[in-house]
Amino acid sequence: MTEAALQLIDVHKSFGHAKIIQGLNLEVAKGERHAIIGPNGAGKSTCFNLISGRFRPTSGRILLNGKEVGGKPAFEVNRLGLSRSFQVSNIFANMTVRENVRCSLLYSQGHGYAFWRNVGSSRELQEKTAWVLERVGLIDKAHTPAALLSYADQRTLEIAMTIAGDADVILLDEPTAGMSHSETEYAVELIRKATEGKTLVIVEHDMGVVFGLADRISVLVYGEIIATGKPEEIRGDPKVRSAYLGDDAEALTLGGAA
Amino acid sequence: METIVFSLLNGMIYGLLLFMLSSGLTLIFSMMGILNFAHASFYMLGAYFAYTIMGVTNFWLALFLAPVLAGGVGMLVERWGLRRVHVNGHVAELLFTFGLAYLIDEVVRIIWGRNAVNYKVPEALDFTLFTLYGSNYPAYRIFILFVAVFMLVSLWYLLKRTRIGLIIQAALTHPHMVGHLGHNVPLVFMSVFGAGCALAGLAGVIGGNYFITDPAMAVQMGPIVFVVVVVGGLGSLEGAFLAAMLIGILQTSAVSINASFSDIFGFLGLTASSELGRITVAQLAPTLPFLLLVLVLIARPRGLMGEREV
Amino acid sequence: MTTNMTTLAPSASEKFTQRALPFILFALLLIVIPFIGVSRGTLTLFNHIGINIVFALSYNMLLGRAGLLSFGHAVYLGLGGYFCVHILNWIADADGSGFWGNVPVFSLPIFGFAMGALAGAIIGWPSCRRAGTAFAMISLGVAELMSTAAFMFDSLFGGEMGISGDRMSGPKFFGLSMGPIEQVYYFIAFWTLVGTVAMYAFTRTPLGRLSEATRDNAERVQFIGYDPTRVRYLVFIFAGAFAGMAGGMSAVQDEIFTPDSLSLIPSGAILIATYIGGIRFFAGPIFGAILMTYMGSNLSDYTAGWLLYLGLMFISVVLFVPDGIAGLVFGFWRGIRSPGRYALIGKWITQILGLALVATSVIVVVEVAYRWSDGYGDVFAPFGFDLPHNGALTWVIGTLPLLAGILILRRVKRTESEA
Ligand SMILES: Nc1ncnc2c1ncn2[C@@H]1O[C@H](COP(=O)(O)OP(=O)(O)OP(=O)(O)O)[C@@H](O)[C@H]1O
Ligand SMILES: [Mg+2]
Repeated sequence: MTEAALQLIDVHKSFGHAKIIQGLNLEVAKGERHAIIGPNGAGKSTCFNLISGRFRPTSGRILLNGKEVGGKPAFEVNRLGLSRSFQVSNIFANMTVRENVRCSLLYSQGHGYAFWRNVGSSRELQEKTAWVLERVGLIDKAHTPAALLSYADQRTLEIAMTIAGDADVILLDEPTAGMSHSETEYAVELIRKATEGKTLVIVEHDMGVVFGLADRISVLVYGEIIATGKPEEIRGDPKVRSAYLGDDAEALTLGGAA
Repeated sequence: METIVFSLLNGMIYGLLLFMLSSGLTLIFSMMGILNFAHASFYMLGAYFAYTIMGVTNFWLALFLAPVLAGGVGMLVERWGLRRVHVNGHVAELLFTFGLAYLIDEVVRIIWGRNAVNYKVPEALDFTLFTLYGSNYPAYRIFILFVAVFMLVSLWYLLKRTRIGLIIQAALTHPHMVGHLGHNVPLVFMSVFGAGCALAGLAGVIGGNYFITDPAMAVQMGPIVFVVVVVGGLGSLEGAFLAAMLIGILQTSAVSINASFSDIFGFLGLTASSELGRITVAQLAPTLPFLLLVLVLIARPRGLMGEREV
Repeated sequence: MTTNMTTLAPSASEKFTQRALPFILFALLLIVIPFIGVSRGTLTLFNHIGINIVFALSYNMLLGRAGLLSFGHAVYLGLGGYFCVHILNWIADADGSGFWGNVPVFSLPIFGFAMGALAGAIIGWPSCRRAGTAFAMISLGVAELMSTAAFMFDSLFGGEMGISGDRMSGPKFFGLSMGPIEQVYYFIAFWTLVGTVAMYAFTRTPLGRLSEATRDNAERVQFIGYDPTRVRYLVFIFAGAFAGMAGGMSAVQDEIFTPDSLSLIPSGAILIATYIGGIRFFAGPIFGAILMTYMGSNLSDYTAGWLLYLGLMFISVVLFVPDGIAGLVFGFWRGIRSPGRYALIGKWITQILGLALVATSVIVVVEVAYRWSDGYGDVFAPFGFDLPHNGALTWVIGTLPLLAGILILRRVKRTESEA
């Protein structure tokens, strides 16, 4: 058996007295597209924050490609091959789109903290930047300051920065939140292409996206995973249906049909 | 023994003055997130206002009016300056108050001249209260002590026992929540800023004639007040009190110790003829607050009693 | 794929006009200045401008590029400068033999650079762990600590009198004895150019770009594989190094350093100059340094109030023009080439008129106030008008233009926001 790309073993996280994550177990195989769904405030973003090194877990182990990463600072986790996006756009607002992407590429292109090189003179860096921008469709806006982009474009830039480095595990936190129908479709295609051959963990509320994209789905409720399985298994799971009441349960069915 | 008692007493007075200044700064910082660089300038304004008012009327009126005036200036500054730069973030606010300190310095020089003014202790308080170990102790120092303690008690009462105090306390711990309580936030901010400046002004009224009233007094006091607030822990009044007393007593006692490094570290082989050995503790006094600041920020970034990191 | 790259990156000619050309013009200007027959005093002024340009640019590596507000940047200039004054003395003592005997005075800024970097590396270690207000406070504490401690070590800092040296000692460098002011001018011009080009190049390195990213969003930097503390620390070392280089230039020009050079006052001055110049543009600090040095040396002869004017300017920039002089200059340049230029020119003229009115009142009030406070009975008499502090005309000129100017400026602003 090959080792999992990502493995969470009995992870707990409390803020003061609030126990937000209570014994999380999750295993994502290499190359798998895994979706995490769950109601608002279930702890999905917190889970991402734990994996990516933004928060330190209260207890439990987090393994990335077999290596312990729980409690490591975020930049080290990133260097071990994990990249994430944020639910609320988290970009370099005063820099241009091109600079945003170029900065995201620096580490993976081996530039480190170099102060003896011109960023403009590395052909590879220019080409990779252009390639990423081309791929996400932001090439026409390359010289626009990021702060002036439309909301959907900022979300796209967020994705672009996440996939830019050569990370093989990608975490996307509600990448399509707030996008229109056509923008969502475009973004899903983009995500599908960009994560080809990589491991993807995605948090989404849009069931259409989830069922269209995911190989497996985990349902997170009140800091615990109540079910994990293939899309069909999740759709039929009574526990899941009872966790999603009313409209949401409806969405589950619709998403399945889509 | 004699030196110890006097140093402690004088240190306490200095510490209380420092606290009067830093309590206002702490209130302003914790509620508005603004580190008022010009805070000591309001201390200076208090002293100069008092000097002028005393020239026309008497000290007691000055004791009341000068802080009110300083507070008024503070409110104007908040309304027409800080509120404008607020949208540009905390660094812009800090820069604004930095420029303000600069301006107040210059304006004070224009109005009251470049040299120290003769701001005297009122005659009614200008006598020897008691004699200790053969030295006279001036009554005015004890008066400072009383005013400071009175202010301390009033502040405590205001914060713990009144409605306004509750709002302020809520704001200290949860700065984002004040708006949700349905209070007029801009007005609260303006009042807090004014009150903080008035406290600084009061310190100026009673400190200006204890020390000296000249255009450099703000520049000398300002950095030390910053040290007090950071060492105590930003946002913590108790911490500010502790730090103010600590620094007050430390600095005052250090000045009176004439021992040199070679006396203290002689056992390490430090000789009196070496440059390091010649330095006396008294010489070290002006550096102590800043040494403390740097050490605290390295070892305990939250300060003595702070809840949040700086 | 390659076609994209070429469309994205600026073309060779764009690169030339935007990056190389300004520096070539700058270099030509520096070379030409002594030939236009300037006096010794003016050359000294230019020398100080050069020093302050390097100092202000190094300060902007922190404030503008890395978003770090420092109240103690003069510490690095001071330490670099002190080191160089000591070296001047070592060179004189070595008298042509040994290591120091062979160091030309011309190379001193290199030593200043090294000393500034060392000081930055030591002091930056505890300072750079946090940004924002905490960083500002620590820088203030360090500056006060250094300038008070300097008075304790007389052999290093020379007490109140400071330490002086003689720039004419040591081996000549390309025939430069460093005696005449013209030679010092070329020395300063050379290092100003080197410093400016090097600091511009720095903005284009990976570290330079990361420093901007850290300023914008330190958290996100962590998720692209970098440690923001490390980025700040490295930038801090470079900023200290270039400040130390300015110190080395100053050591040769003025041949003296005093403990005051480490204090909050020069640190505050460079903050003000840099900010007025415009921290968001590379050229901003250059404008600021020129203006402040000029005001300090020339305006101070005409009016005691120049510090007040500088302070007023600073506050106005913080309140109304956060992009500083550079923002105005480049805004003008862009506006003049845009299709709507005629409307813009109209607006600018109105604004200048408003500003001139405000300035008239402010200047009258300040000048009259200074004369009144001096008590020598001097009367401010511009263009032959007597303006005593109790004259009716004084009060009219002190208030009416101010009100009119403010009204005009507010009106322009209102129509601007309506449009
Ligand atoms: N830093 C924090 N301190 C305290 N509580 C926190 C913190 N971060 C998150 N929480 C709490 O943890 C809970 C889970 O938050 P989280 O953002 O992980 O939810 P989520 O599943 O991503 O929800 P959503 O679908 O709305 O994004 C919430 O109740 C939130 O208030
Ligand atoms: Mg979330």
